[in-house]
Amino acid sequence: MGMDCSSDRFSDNSAAAVNDPKLSKPLNEMAKIMPFIRDESLGQLSDSAAAVDVSANIRAHTLAHLDFYLEQFERNVIAGGGVVHWAEDAAGANEIVLQICREKQARLVTKSKSMVTEETELAAALENAGIRAVETDLGEYIVQLRKEKPSHILAPALHVSLDEVTDAFLEHHKIERDGPPETADELLAEARQILRSDFINADVGITGANFLIAESGGMVLVTNEGNADLTACIPDTQIVVTGIEKVVPTFEDAGQLLRLLARSAIGQRLSNYTSLYHGPKQGGEFHVVLVDNGRSSMLGTDYQDMLRCIRCSACLNHCPVYSAVGGHAYGSVYSGPMGAVYTPAFAGLAVAKDLPNASTFCGRCADVCPVKIPIPKLLRYWRRDEFSRHLTAKPYRFGLRCWAWLNRYPVLYRKGLSMLTRWLSRRAVNGWLKRLPGVAGGWSDSKDLFVSEDKTFQQQYRERQSKP
Amino acid sequence: MKDAKQGSAGRAGLFVTCLVDTLRPKVGFAAVELLESAGYEVVVPSQGCCGQLNYNNGDTRGAAEMALKAARDFAEVDYVVVPSGSCAATIVKHYPEMFPSGSAEHAEVLSLANKTYELTVFLHEIAASAPVEVTPQEDSDSAGGSTLAYHDGCSGLRELGIFHQPRALLESLPGVAVAEGMNPETCCGFGGTFCVRYPEVSANIADKKCAEVIATEADCLVSGDLGCLLNIEGRLNRRGEPVKALHVAEVLAAKKGGSR
Repeated sequence: MGMDCSSDRFSDNSAAAVNDPKLSKPLNEMAKIMPFIRDESLGQLSDSAAAVDVSANIRAHTLAHLDFYLEQFERNVIAGGGVVHWAEDAAGANEIVLQICREKQARLVTKSKSMVTEETELAAALENAGIRAVETDLGEYIVQLRKEKPSHILAPALHVSLDEVTDAFLEHHKIERDGPPETADELLAEARQILRSDFINADVGITGANFLIAESGGMVLVTNEGNADLTACIPDTQIVVTGIEKVVPTFEDAGQLLRLLARSAIGQRLSNYTSLYHGPKQGGEFHVVLVDNGRSSMLGTDYQDMLRCIRCSACLNHCPVYSAVGGHAYGSVYSGPMGAVYTPAFAGLAVAKDLPNASTFCGRCADVCPVKIPIPKLLRYWRRDEFSRHLTAKPYRFGLRCWAWLNRYPVLYRKGLSMLTRWLSRRAVNGWLKRLPGVAGGWSDSKDLFVSEDKTFQQQYRERQSKP
Repeated sequence: MKDAKQGSAGRAGLFVTCLVDTLRPKVGFAAVELLESAGYEVVVPSQGCCGQLNYNNGDTRGAAEMALKAARDFAEVDYVVVPSGSCAATIVKHYPEMFPSGSAEHAEVLSLANKTYELTVFLHEIAASAPVEVTPQEDSDSAGGSTLAYHDGCSGLRELGIFHQPRALLESLPGVAVAEGMNPETCCGFGGTFCVRYPEVSANIADKKCAEVIATEADCLVSGDLGCLLNIEGRLNRRGEPVKALHVAEVLAAKKGGSR
């Protein structure tokens, strides 16, 4: 299937991430500001709850008839002079794009941010074929210069400080300047200057898509920088690489979802640029590469609801775990709650089994999801699959089996708990335990445990009842 | 402890929860006292764990077995009262999804779910409307004339909508105020096995909650969920900033008076 994944190192990576003050600074700011501006902008809608219901229904309906809408979309793209390609996996998607680029004898490709091309690692595939691929979203551009991956699906360079951007620009931009660019405005101006010639000279422009519109064969692009439009409009050849789940039936449906997308994402009513594309420019070509890469395997399963996702990132912005560890610790293109559901489907449960467990099940992600994806429920399904496939870590599996077994025998259960309570209370000093054995050591690594009594409730209650 | 009208409002079964049973038995007795003084006959049937641990860790079969056992343990009572939002949510929201609807097991757990309440919800919404009048007795010791930092457990908040009930009960007590400044939307980092699997991440999340608690300058941290309470108080103590932490039942029972 193929998606580069180091999620099996989540445990170590997350532990390191929480102790990195450079990372916690932007994450804390995000966690403080994003919920506030999201709430405020959604509050401007008089019908926000209804809008969420409608949006969830649009997405659920589309997925229930995905084949129908994809075929309708394909017919309409063709009727409008475009070409539709179907890619089963990452390698297939990259090959299709490379083929088009070879035919155009492309030397330079501009890209606007597309998480699907991150999934397929298209930029690397292009570079390997000798084609220079330039990311044009500022955050993605910074990440590309630093040879990193995005740490947030919307704000790829969330983890990068201004100083580090300056360093990256000084290293990579060979230009004359008065002094090093330091402020955000100076950095932006320099990136704009550098990217301008790439925009103009690109042979092929590759974008993602926020929505595909079945009834017209069109696609909607949402950005704040306008870079996607320069990528899409200037070169003669435009390639759209996106997931098969991005289709919606009608313009009106796309409009409904747009009411919530930018509000949920960054507290904006609409993003600065919301553009609609249909067919090739005069004398040019318009290709749409529809990527499956594991998506169809989720259809008809417990995980289908995840495909409703419109990549707003509200679940990341509101997640206590994401806000503590950042995106890279997840070891996957998709991080946070949505990534914890997607990654096991895309990269396999064996490698990604930590991610569904890396949730406190606080449920805030489901609360803020504009298409009502029941994320904790889907994570619980992954935990169920882990347990039934014996992927759950042995001490936990053993403990859970013992616990269920003990619960069958009330007398034994009460005795067991009584022994535990007595044992804990005897080891406590002034009621406090500082060290615990076995898996409970995870608790005492960072917390004390207060044990107030040496007999369980049931023990004491029964003693009181038996007294006359 | 005994009330003259005890039992006239119905039979309430106390679901003790495994954490209360082992780590804070006082909470169980406080709950008994509150229910009795509200006029209920309290029974504590032989019982086990609600199965949340197993359910949330993928052992759906073990959890279903525990759910059925709970339904049978509490078959004879009018109400089941749980001093925990997350255990109550497991029974109310998750038990019914463990069995195919239409099955006999589904009917059994559904009937349990329909009569199960988290403690503060029960006291505020059911007991308050019961025909027995609750008369708070004279102020006793602990919890003092105090400001409380209230932490909302996420399961109770989001799955059962518990928010105003504990606040209403606490603020009806003489001399008690619930402090501003605790963000009800943010998790404390407990998360069941999460906190032992990912100790560093859990501590990082708990630290943010600890900072909120400290900033309120409250006399006491209070929660309706013992897991969260142990987590925050345990982290505060490890950091050398101990804050008195009580379950909401303890505060309510102490203030309503009576011996324990």
